This record gives sequence, structure tokens and C-alpha cells, in this order.
Amino acid sequence: MSEHEFKGLIGQPLDRVEGPLKVSGRATYAADWRGDKPHLIGFIVESPVAKGRITSIDTRAAEACEGVKAVVTHENAPKQIPFGERAKGGRFAQSHAMMRTNEVRHLGYPVALVVADTLEQARHAASLVKVEIAAEEGVFDPETHEDEAVKPDELDGSPEVDTETGDFEAEYEKAAHRVEGEFHTPHQHAAAMEPHATVAEWDGDKLTVHMSIQILGDGRKAFANTFDIDPQDVRIVSPYIGGGFGSKLGVHNEAILAAHGAKLTGRPVRIAQHRRNVFSNGPNRPPHRQRLKLGADANGKIVAIDHDVLSIMARDYPFAEAAASPTRGSYATKAMRTKHRVVEGDIPKADSMRAPGEAVGTLTFESMIDELAHSCGVDPVEFRVRNEPEKDPHSGKPFSTRKMRRCLQEGAEKFGWKGPVSRREGDWLIGHGMAAAIRPNLMQKAEAEIELSTDGHVTVRLDMTDIGTGTYTILTQIAAETMGVAPEYVTVKLGDTDFPETCGSGGSFGAGSTGTAVFEAAKALKEDLLKRAAKADSEWKGANSKELRIDGANIALGNRSLPIAQLGDGSGGISAKGAAKPGKEYKTMAQYSYGAQFAEVAVDAVTGEIRLRRLTGVFDAGRILNEKTARSQLMGGMIFGIGAALMEESLMDLRYGAFMNRDLAEYHIAVNRDVPRLDVHMIEGFDENSNPLGSKGIGELGICGAGPAIANAVFAATGHRVRKYPIHMEDLMDALPPIGG
Amino acid sequence: MTPFSYSRVADDKAAVAAVSGENAKFLGGGTNLVDLMKHEIERPETLVDVSRLPHEEIEKTKDGIRIGAAVTNSALAADPVVREKYPLLSTALLSGATQQLRNRATTGGNFLQRTRCQYFYDTQRACNKREPGSGCDAIGGLNRFHAILGASENCIAVHPSDMAVAMVTLGADIETVLPQGGVRTIPADALHRLPGDTPHIDHQLAQGELITHVVLHKAPEFQMYRKVRDRSSYAFAVVSIGIAFDLLEGHFLKIRIGLGGVAHKPWRAARAEEVLEGKAPSRALFEKAADAELAEAKGQGDNDFKIPLMRRLIVASLMEMTEKQEKAA
Repeated sequence: MSEHEFKGLIGQPLDRVEGPLKVSGRATYAADWRGDKPHLIGFIVESPVAKGRITSIDTRAAEACEGVKAVVTHENAPKQIPFGERAKGGRFAQSHAMMRTNEVRHLGYPVALVVADTLEQARHAASLVKVEIAAEEGVFDPETHEDEAVKPDELDGSPEVDTETGDFEAEYEKAAHRVEGEFHTPHQHAAAMEPHATVAEWDGDKLTVHMSIQILGDGRKAFANTFDIDPQDVRIVSPYIGGGFGSKLGVHNEAILAAHGAKLTGRPVRIAQHRRNVFSNGPNRPPHRQRLKLGADANGKIVAIDHDVLSIMARDYPFAEAAASPTRGSYATKAMRTKHRVVEGDIPKADSMRAPGEAVGTLTFESMIDELAHSCGVDPVEFRVRNEPEKDPHSGKPFSTRKMRRCLQEGAEKFGWKGPVSRREGDWLIGHGMAAAIRPNLMQKAEAEIELSTDGHVTVRLDMTDIGTGTYTILTQIAAETMGVAPEYVTVKLGDTDFPETCGSGGSFGAGSTGTAVFEAAKALKEDLLKRAAKADSEWKGANSKELRIDGANIALGNRSLPIAQLGDGSGGISAKGAAKPGKEYKTMAQYSYGAQFAEVAVDAVTGEIRLRRLTGVFDAGRILNEKTARSQLMGGMIFGIGAALMEESLMDLRYGAFMNRDLAEYHIAVNRDVPRLDVHMIEGFDENSNPLGSKGIGELGICGAGPAIANAVFAATGHRVRKYPIHMEDLMDALPPIGG
Repeated sequence: MTPFSYSRVADDKAAVAAVSGENAKFLGGGTNLVDLMKHEIERPETLVDVSRLPHEEIEKTKDGIRIGAAVTNSALAADPVVREKYPLLSTALLSGATQQLRNRATTGGNFLQRTRCQYFYDTQRACNKREPGSGCDAIGGLNRFHAILGASENCIAVHPSDMAVAMVTLGADIETVLPQGGVRTIPADALHRLPGDTPHIDHQLAQGELITHVVLHKAPEFQMYRKVRDRSSYAFAVVSIGIAFDLLEGHFLKIRIGLGGVAHKPWRAARAEEVLEGKAPSRALFEKAADAELAEAKGQGDNDFKIPLMRRLIVASLMEMTEKQEKAA
């Protein structure tokens, strides 16, 4: 443990190192990028039908417009590998072909791309493209097509699609307390502030794209697999990302289209999806129907859990959300059964959105647990403590670290939990509710390069991304502390496939995985520096590299010092590489981050309007790498949870497969006034089984449990269980007291 | 976006002349029109910017105020006289949109904002308001936000304005300049129309007719505006209500009620007013008034809840106001 002293820079609430660039408009997001050649602008013509074949397309009027340089359609699009092929590397790396044939894949699918000098020209010309489509009947809704449901090959983040331990039917039958319910959660869109945007440019067979993407390595493979070119001929640059939340894990439609436009015109082409585009040409979280059955014995011990999930998957895009994932790791039980089925549909890509699995899974499961606690007559906090497992309920593996009990107990204390309080204040019905939070802790492969220049400046390079989470900052802290240098002397460079490959941002694995790679690189560099020092001066032999520090243009250790310039070969700086990969502890142990969330809601007794009054979250995410950015991550997650409970839903007209609320006036997320003071607490810790830094994933933890805590508080306030999300005023209309009552 | 010409004009006369032709529109704050143009829902060939015309003053009149049509929603909501004498209007304005939008949006333009019906906004779907004769996909579709009163088989859209509901409740008069010259005054509750067979026509202004002022008369003693919404800011009303009245010896005098989120226009609850006028407040009376107003209310499926919700809101709002008044007395 001495190697990981809880002092120094790591953990400090350092301000975002790129903050000044962002608040002064100098951070170059994808669409801000300008190269040597002036770029053209692309505008997408969307299909009005969800499924069918283009029978004719007339682009003459568009092509005749001022400024128009090309109109891309399936008739002239560059050669591509069929969509969905070369899927061995996963859905992010598979072919993302667009307009390869006359097939329309979903509503809003691009049927043409107009490329012009200006946005206005492109947009106007796009309105003049005439397309005829032989429409076919599509599949948009899993429930009406349940008979076509299949078992997916795997779940997102889990190879096990179905699980069974113990004899559910027998235990459920014997249970003293039984609850069951069917829940519905809707499509959602991440609705990141920055829409999906790309500037693409070809140089012969070499493609360079400046785009907003979370995982560059897979993105590079996607372009290579789409255009049948060598991945080494693809360069992706993505230094700043205005929010991802999973919606930019892979390449999305505008990226491939920009490459098409660039190919046809021989010029760089920029496409920034407009907000309505994002709802059809970006990904969505699929809707779920979840059926839950829970049983407990007379002592309030859970004995039986059954979680059955039905969802929808976009055709040829294998993503099945593991909604029962939190169920598998939460509570001790004698028997447990989980099952996932999907229907293949003609919808825009269903994909990861913040905490895939847990976000929708805790919404329902933790709501049902609340119901079971009530049925048992046990306080919901006590009920959860009582059912804490000693080992992973599904796999039987030991936990790496698990501080769920502390989260529950400290949360109750900080919130002032006195049970599911229900009281009236004038026209407001007040209720308290709580829920547990759980999210798998993951580790992925990552590499990093670190370089020490002769003037003592440290530069770190890796193709990791900062999607607003604070990656630049934590990597600066890790590099600075490990190298023994002030953070001002560290420059972190991210988001370029020319740098060593990493796992990118996603699944809350970015900080731990890439932080470890940087940590290892820095350690390696220090060891190398000592070796070099010992060669130059025998006095340095046998010194401990951990005590080495950088002091101006010198390396220093105790009172010894040596110019860096004397250590290299004279060609400049000295560099080293480091790598991270999941250790065996990810096979032998069950790894999760944890939390507990407590909510107070007020329901208007006249109208049923629901307003959150306060939300307290206590979290166990191992070692905190930056107190400020970690807190922001958790707060952001909790705010997502407010949206999931009360607002967020992408409404699809199932007659057409059309999302209808395609802008931020109609797609509601929580606004400032919906977010009361959020109490965020982090339990200090160090998970030595997770990674050398001792951290666990934090980016998605805050959303887990926030929604069901709110829903459980709504129940406390009104006495009414709502089994659909988001919960709206009309869902409570029958539960409201009479006027004046 | 269809190419268009943009011009500024020196005065009202030039403005109405410039917009009297087909396919010309006035541009105020542009907070709605410009969005609609980007998505090809509105395709004017000529835009005449009237936001710089000298209609940015709020003048006191003998018994009220006269508001220039270019006064922004922010300025109007913050005006000391409005806040003191017409708190219903100030509350309604502040419950609409966001600070940034209110800083741009104008008084005249607010009246003329178009529906937020999602089918109106989606040029790929049928909408009689956007494309006369194409049909109405909201009927039988997603219609949680739609009308329960005064709808037709051609259109079930609602008018989204909070301010207009307040103006109807306050009995405001709208002054306009006519394209052929001359001026006229239109009561706020007569400005908008029901959809009938011509849902593409929102209001009774002639092509090129320009709103120049809105006049508010003697302020009613008791006023309230309440908006019911899915989130606490930046959300259109699910339903809303404005109430204004005086009391004469404990009886309602000149009571006016405006309802939002229920119809193609800011809905004046004339039937409820009729039940209440001249009567002493009582819960039974309020219920009778609400029932009278909603007797012909019709849900479309998703929005069925608006009928019981509106009933609860009418009764509860009247009770709250009269209880407050009793306490004060």
C-alpha cells in the first residue's frame, strides 16, 4: 500500500486543465476543425418511411442549385462492404455502410446527401431531392412482435444472456411474501450538447476524419471495414467531445456520409447533424418490457428472484441491453432466474446510453425490491442491509471490495432517513424513497506513451478521449504524481489514432484502464531514467525509482541531480510506454461500484405534478482520482436519473416507426430548476483488485438507483406504484386526494 | 431552408405594404419563425423585420397600459406596473420558455407563435395545418398534448402561448394596422380561431396586418395564473388557467377565465364565467362551473387525462383564490 499513498496530486480537486480553452471557445470540437483546404458542407435527406427500397431518386433540381457540388445517393456512393459484415471485432468495428444499396433501414435513414459550399445552400437543395420508396411493413415494437423474439448471442457487457441458480419456481411457491410486476421503460436519446459531427478528407486511399467519437480504435476499424481499406490508412482525431453518454462510442451515420461526400468531391466535407437528425441518425436506448417476480421468507430474507426482459435490436446491429445485470449482483437469494430476449426491428441503431443495463434495470428491480420490503413490513434500508450477499449471488465469486452496507447506512444518516416518510404540506404530498446502486467495474486494454523533454516537460500521448468527464485532468494528475513533477509541466494529448491505442471512453472503464497505462508508462520512464543516470554516474546505482523526481531540466533524487540532457542520446526527449489490461482478479472476483440514493419528492395534490426536492447519494467507487470531476460525474449521473424517472422518453409513433419529439423543447431532460441541491458523498477507498490506482468506474454509477429512489418516493407520497417510466402526472391522477381534501 | 429576402422598414405603413403580398411575413424576435423556416415548415419568400419599429414602449393610459408589440417578453414581465397591476400577465410570461427566449420574443410575436404539435413539426407526417388536405396524424397518434375543446376532425392542435391566455383573461385589446391603411382593435379572445375545416389559419389577421399594441384596461382586483407542466421550467403547458375578477359584496363581478393547453386558441371559459358571474363563491358553484365548461370536452386517447385534470385545476384554483381573499378580508 505504501506505493499508493493517499497524498500527492491524485485525488485532489484539480480544476479541469482544458477548462480555460472550453469556456473561451478555443477548444476545437469536431465541427470547429479547419484544415488547409476549405471544406464543403453536407446535409442529410432523410427517408420518410422506415423500411423499403428506393425505386427512384431525382437529384437534378438539387444539383442545379447554387453552390451544390455533389449529391450522394445509393447510385453513386463509394464502394462499401455490406452493413453489419466484418462483425468479429464487435458492433463498433463492423461495417457501417450507408447508401450501399437502395435499402432503407429505418425512418430518417439517409437517402441522399447534398454537399454544397454553405449550410444554407445544402439545406435548401436537400429539400428539392425527390425520392420514391416502395415501402414495406416494418417492425418497431417488441411487444407486438414478441413471437419473433430471439435469444441474442450475447448481452452488452455480459456473455450470459440467461442465468439460473437454484429452483426459482419452488422457492417462489414457498415464499411468505411474493410481489410481481410488469414495467415499461421507453426509448431514450443521450441528447449530448454537441451533436454528432464529422469533417472527413481523403488523400488517395487514406482517410482522415475529425469527429466526435468516444472510442477511436474501434472507429478506425469501422471505417476500414466499411470502405475495405487498411486501418493504418485511417486517422481519427477527436480531441474534445461535447458529451457522449454512449451515443458516440462508435461511428454514426454522418461520419460515413462525410467520407462519401469527400470522396465524390475531392474536398473535405463537414457534416454536423442537426438536432432532429440526432434522433434518427444517432443511436437510442431501446425500450424494455421487464417482468419481475420476487419472493421473501417470513424473516424478510429474499429467496426467489425472476427478471424477464424483452427489448428491440436494430437489424444487423447486435446490441442487447443487459437490463437484468444489476439483479444478478445485488442481493443474496436462494434462487434466481434472469432472461433476455430481443426482437429485430427496423429502427435507428439501438445502442449503449449511460449505464446500459443498470440504468433501466435498477429502475425496475429496485422499485420491486421496495415493494417487497413493504410487503415484508421491513424498512427499505434495513431490508437491503439484511439481504446483503457475502459473495456474488450469481457467480458465487468473492467481491473485490463491496461497501454497499456503508453506502446504505451513511446515506440514511446523511439524508435523515426515517423510513418511507409520507406527509402533507399544504397542496404538496411529500414522500421519501431510496434505492441501491450497482454498476459493474470493468477494465480494458490500454497503452500510453510518455515523454520527458530535456527542459523537464512531460508529454503524455494516448488515443483516449475526454468526453467531458475530466480525463485530461486525471491523466495529468496521474502523470505528474508518478513522475514527481508539478502538473503545470505535464501536457496530456488525447484523441488521435496516431497515439497509442486505448479502450477509449465507455462503460466507466476509461479512467481506470487508461490511467493505469499512463501510470505504468511513467513508472517505466522513471526506471529507464535511473538506468541511464547510473550509466552516466555510478553514484545513481541502486537508487529507488519511486523517489525520483523532475526538478526543472534535471532529474533529482534526494540531494543528487543530473541534467536530463545528459541522459538521452542527444536527439531530444526520453520516452517510455506503458500498458494496462484486466488482471486475473476480473476472472476470479466479482467487481462492481456501489451506491445508495435517497430522494424526497413533492407531488402536487391538485395536478399530480412531481417535483424532486432533494437527492442524496453515497457512493463506493474505490479511490477517487479527482474529487471535483468525480463529484461532477456522480451529479451528472444523478441528474440523468431524475430525467429517467420523470422526463426522458423518445416517443415513437408505432404506425410509422417515427420518433416524434425530436428536439430539446419536446424531449425533456431535467433543467436547472428540476435539479435541487444534490448531496454527493464518496466513501474513500482503494480497490487493490481493480487496478494499480485502486479506482473503480464512476461515470455511470450516479444514474444507477437515482430513478428508482425517486419512484419509490412517489409511492411514499401517493400510495401509488407506477410501473412505467417516466412517471407523469396522469399516472397519479387516480391516486390524488379530492380537491380541498 | 428556402431562400428568402430580408428587409427592415422605417414605419408601420412600409411594413404592412411590404408584407401585403403572398408569402411574406413579419419577423419579430424570430424565436419560433426561424426554427420553422429551418425545417421548411414555414417557407416565406420575404421577411420584413418589425422588431426595430418604434413599438418598444409601455405607456400608461387612463385606466391601464398600452404595450408596444415589440416589447420583449422579458421587459413586459419585469415592468413595475405590470408586476403590480397585472401580476397574472407577469406570472404567465415568466412561466413561458426560457430567459434567453423571453429576451428575444416579442409581445406581438408571442400571440402569433404556432402550435407545438409534433406532427406539425415533422414534414414527413400528415398535418392539415402545415399542408392543408394532407390529413391529421395526431388523431390516432401521439396526442397527449392535444386539444380537448373546440377541436375538429381536421386538427386537434393546441395554441402554446402562456401570454395569450393571460391576455384573454385580462380582456386585452389588440391594436393593428391594416394593409389597406387604417387601424382596428380586436379583443384578445377574438384573435385566434378554432380549426374547423381550415386549421392552417391560426387567427383572423389579414395578410399584412400588423399588431402594433396591446391595451390592458382597468386591472381586476383578484388575479392568478397557473401552469401545469411536465418539468418546472422550459416546458409548454399541459394545461394552464388564468382567472381574474372583482368582488362586489362577496359576489363575483366581471369574472374572466382563460384556459391554456386545451384548444386551438387560448380558451375563454365563457360557460364557467356565466355560472360564476354575480354568485357568491362556493365549492359547489366552482364544480358546477367546471362541469359546464368541460361538458363538451373530448379526449383523443393520450390526452384523456386533461379533462379530469382541468376540472381539478379550475375548482382548486377558484378555491385557492377565494380562500386567500377571505383570509385577507
